Amino acid sequence: MTHFAIETKDLSRIYKIRGNKKEKQIRKELVALENVTLTVERGELFGLLGPNGAGKTTLIKILTTLLAPTSGWARVAGYDVIQHPNLVRPRINMVSGGESSGYGLLTVRENLWMFSQFYGMPSKEANQRIVELLKMVGLEDRIHTKSSDLSTGLRQKMNIVRGFLTDPEVLFLDEPTLGLDVGAARDVRKLIRSWLEADKSRTLLLTTHYMVEAEELCDRVAIINKGRVLACDTPANLKRNLQRDAIFEIETSPLNGLTPQLLQNQPEVRKAALTDIEGGARLELILQEEAALASVINILTQKNVKVRRLTKREPTLEDVFMDLVGQKMEDVEKEEAPHAG
Amino acid sequence: MNRSETTRSFTMATWLGWQVESNWTDPFLFAVYVIIKPLASAAILVVMYSIITGGAYNSPLFPYIYLGNAFYTYVGAVMAGVSWAVIDDREHYKTLKYMYIAPINIPFYWLGRGVSRFLIGTVAVIVILTAGVLFLNVPLDLTQVNWGLFFVSLVIGVTMLAMMGLILASITLMVAHHFFLIGEAVAGALYLFSGAIFPLEVLPAWLRPVGYAMPITYWLELMRRSLIGDVAQAFPTLAQYSNLQLLGILLGLTVVFAIVSVFTFRWCDHRARELGLIDRVSNY
Ligand SMILES: Nc1ncnc2c1ncn2[C@@H]1O[C@H](COP(=O)(O)OP(=O)(O)O)[C@@H](O)[C@H]1O
Ligand SMILES: [Mg+2]
Repeated sequence: MTHFAIETKDLSRIYKIRGNKKEKQIRKELVALENVTLTVERGELFGLLGPNGAGKTTLIKILTTLLAPTSGWARVAGYDVIQHPNLVRPRINMVSGGESSGYGLLTVRENLWMFSQFYGMPSKEANQRIVELLKMVGLEDRIHTKSSDLSTGLRQKMNIVRGFLTDPEVLFLDEPTLGLDVGAARDVRKLIRSWLEADKSRTLLLTTHYMVEAEELCDRVAIINKGRVLACDTPANLKRNLQRDAIFEIETSPLNGLTPQLLQNQPEVRKAALTDIEGGARLELILQEEAALASVINILTQKNVKVRRLTKREPTLEDVFMDLVGQKMEDVEKEEAPHAG
Repeated sequence: MNRSETTRSFTMATWLGWQVESNWTDPFLFAVYVIIKPLASAAILVVMYSIITGGAYNSPLFPYIYLGNAFYTYVGAVMAGVSWAVIDDREHYKTLKYMYIAPINIPFYWLGRGVSRFLIGTVAVIVILTAGVLFLNVPLDLTQVNWGLFFVSLVIGVTMLAMMGLILASITLMVAHHFFLIGEAVAGALYLFSGAIFPLEVLPAWLRPVGYAMPITYWLELMRRSLIGDVAQAFPTLAQYSNLQLLGILLGLTVVFAIVSVFTFRWCDHRARELGLIDRVSNY
């Protein structure tokens, strides 16, 4: 048996989209994943980081046997997801955040117990584990509540418990903290850590578009945009490449028509991004060297833009993303929003 | 096939199906649903019959229709019961994808989900038959019933209906939400083609083959014959077949439908996975 928990080779997925009634003949193709080649070792907490529409969910669906790839192959827990889905399924589990699935007419305990039975767990052991896990996420007082009476956040916690309940070899969490409040998200991250610590052969793949979550939680992170994996390494290594560079945040008065492109035209400015803030703008700059700051300030002065605050900071995964894609992640999402399905 | 996998798929699905089906806040309403609804539909048929025939309850045609209609309850109950789970899980509870990736046998899971409707259907059939004997002179004499034939036919027939339910469930996997009545719709359409309330001879000649290809036709005839032997004469074409011959035809067709259901499931499962339909929720 291979020591990889997940292995993919040139995995691609194309969605064929039928036009609406008027344009029935027009068939568009959308490349959701393109030649994704990844390996995840047993015991790893692996993160897929990317904006909405990057293809994260599509990849998870393929790995969990819900969706067939258009080309390429993938193995999970040592078995090919297309050839042997029946050998993959007993070894995995999956939870997607941001949706409230479950049988509303069953209690929290019944919902969880039923799934444990579908996985063939001994009933008594399952009930003990349900109580244990509910305690860990602070849901034990709701064990006998009908799940339809839970708030969406608590329902999501219940579903996350469902994923851990069956002790899979590989657990997939698709945006587990999406829509959760700060406290609930912390509970979930705590659960993730302690589950992985309890058994070093357990593997967890999660997707997120929260940079901080990927940074603090994951052993390794793959940055994914428009269906392609742009980089894959530990958060520290990903940031290391930027360490030589100087990263500045400048808060200014209104920009008077100055664009990030204009700044990026400067040879020493590697990347520039702009956020509007009250009464002005915030520029985030990745400079090849600190000395380049002078020319940036020069341009600002020429355009009559005042500098209100200037900070230098250590690189974050956000900067790594900007460096790879040329845009901040939230700007990519704003652009995608009108087309996203 | 892993036996314990199929067993737990079926039994847990049965448990879940019962929870879903009996989820009536008011037990009285549940009783109304189980008892009054089937009685009402039988009553409509009886009224229509009496208007058309001028109240000829002693004609063999009456028990023929009454029994055919009573047992037809199973057709809707089992077919819709099995196939409804797909829509319910995908659209309503949003759990289909989690069931799908669980180590279960999906066809056995669907069959299990249909059990509760089958049981409720059984209550309905008993209620209708009892009402018929008590109030409408349906000549059902429990000492004259061919119980062996009855139970063998019932078991094969329900298996056959379950296989048809599986075919529908597989197709449902592929189609959108607005086909949510597919089970009832197919049951409704077949009502006219399976000799439930009139012999196939009444149909135009070019439509009869549909009825003769349907195992339901032979099954209903067997149910009638086992309960009231001489009703068989009301169905001229099938009268030339012996009970054993009918049973053989029913069994043969059931095997055919079982094989078709396996291949339909495999194909639909494969296509649904290719097209990404397992977790698709229609945006209504
Ligand atoms: N069933 C589908 N049919 C057509 N396009 C889809 C379907 N599912 C996802 N997409 C498209 O594929 C791309 C990737 O989607 P997804 O994998 O959900 O991204 P993410 O999870 O990273 O937000 C998006 O552009 C999305 O609109
Ligand atoms: Mg997603």
